Amino acid sequence: MIAYIVRRLLYAIPILIGVNLITFALFFVVNTPDDMARMALGMKRVTPEAIERWKAERGYDKPLVWNAAEGGSRKVTETIFVEKSAAMFAFDFGQADDGRDIASEIRTRAGPSLAIAVPVFVVGLVTMISVALLMVFFRATYVDTSGVVLCVALMSISALFYIIGGQYLVAKVWRLVPISGYAGGLDALRFLLLPVVIGVVSGIGAGARWYRTLFLEEINREYVRTARAKGLSELRVLFRHVLRNGLIPILTASVAAIPLLFMGSLLTESFFGIPGLGSYTIDAINHQDFAVVRSMVFLGSVLYIVGLVLTDISYTWADPRVRLE
Amino acid sequence: MIDLTTIEPALLWTDVLLIGLVLALVGLVWHIRRHAHLAAPWRKVALSRAGMVSASVLAVFAGIGLLDSLHYRPALPDAPALAAGPGAAGKALRHSVELRHSVELRSALDALLDPLPTQVETTYSAPMATRAFNKTALEGAAPGGTARDYPRLKFGGAHLADEGAAKVRDIGERVVRGALSGLACAVGALALLALLCGPRAAIGRFRGWLFGNGEDATHWAAWTLLGIATLAGALAWLAGGYHVFGTDKVGQDVLYQILKSIRTALVIGTLTTLVTLPIGVVLGIAAGYFRGWIDDVIQYLYTTLNSIPGVLLIAASVLMTQVYMDTHPESFETVTARADFRLLFLCLILGITSWTGLARLLRGETLKLRELEYVQAAQAFGVSSWSILGRHILPNVMHIVLIAMVMDFSGLVLAEAVLSYVGVGVDPSMISFGTMINSARLEMAREPMVWWALAAAFVFMFALVLAANLFADAVRDALDPRTRVRGVA
Repeated sequence: MIAYIVRRLLYAIPILIGVNLITFALFFVVNTPDDMARMALGMKRVTPEAIERWKAERGYDKPLVWNAAEGGSRKVTETIFVEKSAAMFAFDFGQADDGRDIASEIRTRAGPSLAIAVPVFVVGLVTMISVALLMVFFRATYVDTSGVVLCVALMSISALFYIIGGQYLVAKVWRLVPISGYAGGLDALRFLLLPVVIGVVSGIGAGARWYRTLFLEEINREYVRTARAKGLSELRVLFRHVLRNGLIPILTASVAAIPLLFMGSLLTESFFGIPGLGSYTIDAINHQDFAVVRSMVFLGSVLYIVGLVLTDISYTWADPRVRLE
Repeated sequence: MIDLTTIEPALLWTDVLLIGLVLALVGLVWHIRRHAHLAAPWRKVALSRAGMVSASVLAVFAGIGLLDSLHYRPALPDAPALAAGPGAAGKALRHSVELRHSVELRSALDALLDPLPTQVETTYSAPMATRAFNKTALEGAAPGGTARDYPRLKFGGAHLADEGAAKVRDIGERVVRGALSGLACAVGALALLALLCGPRAAIGRFRGWLFGNGEDATHWAAWTLLGIATLAGALAWLAGGYHVFGTDKVGQDVLYQILKSIRTALVIGTLTTLVTLPIGVVLGIAAGYFRGWIDDVIQYLYTTLNSIPGVLLIAASVLMTQVYMDTHPESFETVTARADFRLLFLCLILGITSWTGLARLLRGETLKLRELEYVQAAQAFGVSSWSILGRHILPNVMHIVLIAMVMDFSGLVLAEAVLSYVGVGVDPSMISFGTMINSARLEMAREPMVWWALAAAFVFMFALVLAANLFADAVRDALDPRTRVRGVA
């Protein structure tokens, strides 16, 4: 088991190198630092000195991959690739355009992001499974069909409308919670309630429908027929047998998403003004802060790969038939 | 009516690709109709009511989008006067004098909606309003100076002398007339189509279309189209005198914007699959069939791409395109061409980030297929790998490809709105659902609230995505062998 995990983690290295190369190519090769400087400083009347200063401030004034002016190993290390791209492996993200350290910014912002993402994830999972089980219990009746139609309708509404509608109705008309903002400690509850509810509601349609098909696949299996033949009640069959087996694919799919909860939600955080990583990313995109976007891409990939490893481990935990070699 | 001889066709890149895609689709339908084994599963789609209703709604959306994809440059006002001189001299002139065309592009949809695109008020006005939404100082309204009041609109309800009871009667009249004429046109068109299909059984065919032939649900499609025609007729008659969905901040008609948004959504939803399909199909099948190092490389490729959060990869790529477009302004003649380039590029990036799912599905299916007897037999006979892939594997995974294609559409339309909101979607100058929602968001904070642009965007986007989802379900139920088996059991 441990050998397997170590091997999986070793597999992750070439993938992260690939991600690193892609971001390097995107951010430094497709458009040179000169292009970025010219755009950041405004297109008209940019002096070469201003461009050089902009690049020097950010450490972009070195050659991309090969520094011929230096000697020895410094030919390789004194380059943008090593200093800006390869350094991310040590989680050294450098500075944002406003001069703050990106790594410490990420640490402080992960808290608010998790404060929304974790409740949305947990409450959402429970709600979706309950709704799906309800539809399966009433399968092939009007409850089931209208449930599926409702799910498809809910799926067809853009996440933007859920947020705008929720903000308008709950915060503006009913004035139950503040429209946006964030505070530390217990005060945060007031601010978190609405985003969490909206996050859960907007995910129900797609999730419940998918889980319903998973449960329906299980319900035609032979062990379910055996359970019914033993004389178990339908509820017992559903909860003790179908739910447990149907949970395996749900669990493994959800585990993959857990590490990515750190990244927060772009939309929710920016609409509700929550100072998490999602709004950090959106602000960086809007201000064209390339260093931050690059760091978030790399962080996201690392978390995704952690998710993949966790998925494999959760398989063995949930399903004793699976053995990792 | 525009004089067709004076305009200059000016197709954008996305226009060409979209029209090409439609032609390819027509070719595919023709091919499927000729082969009974291919047509059989599609007949099942015709059995499903939801499938037929959603298909006809989608067809209407596609028609609007296609009309909006036929771009041309209208002649400048002084040019036709020269060109349309009387007699032979005029004709000669028309050829010798080079017509000057406007820089601005218009589409067939614009021409059809004329004069709606040009009926621009000064600022916000509510749906069906005759007066503006904000008070402004009116000169000469009160004796001896200015008074603040809601000014009358330049176009909305401008034909009315008094705005009270006359307006209600006028609206009612327009709705009834429009609905009736829309319905009459649609019934007439159906009857004409029945006649064109062969005059002998025309009446029976017409009756079958409307009341069902007892076999499938195609009459549901006919009724949906009749319903849409009725609605469209009423809308058209109302739009002739009012801003049906109000106007936005710069006074542009919201209905017009909605109709323009449809094309953007369709382009994103369809052209992206043009990128996804070739990459996903080739790599997925190759990985499953050849296994070994090819499989390793392809798996590495898609795991790497998958591991980058989609929105961030798109954001990074779009930011980089933005840098390119800003540093090379000379490559783009017009604002429209610039926006079009960005739209095309967005499709490309979306395609590159979304082929991984399809490739993984196809790899799994190919791994299963390659062990089947008929593939083994082909290998034993020494058939080359490429012919096995083309003749034995590809046709047998085609249903997965088609299902993935329709299933992706709705997701892409929704993604466009989110990406445009984040600021990495379409060009801000391009009308799309995303840009409409984005600007409407700020209007929510106004007091009293400007709700109509958002509401209109919601209704039309919901209709489009819901139809796409329902159609995708119908197609999946019909084409997926797994559901077929389950349906029988």
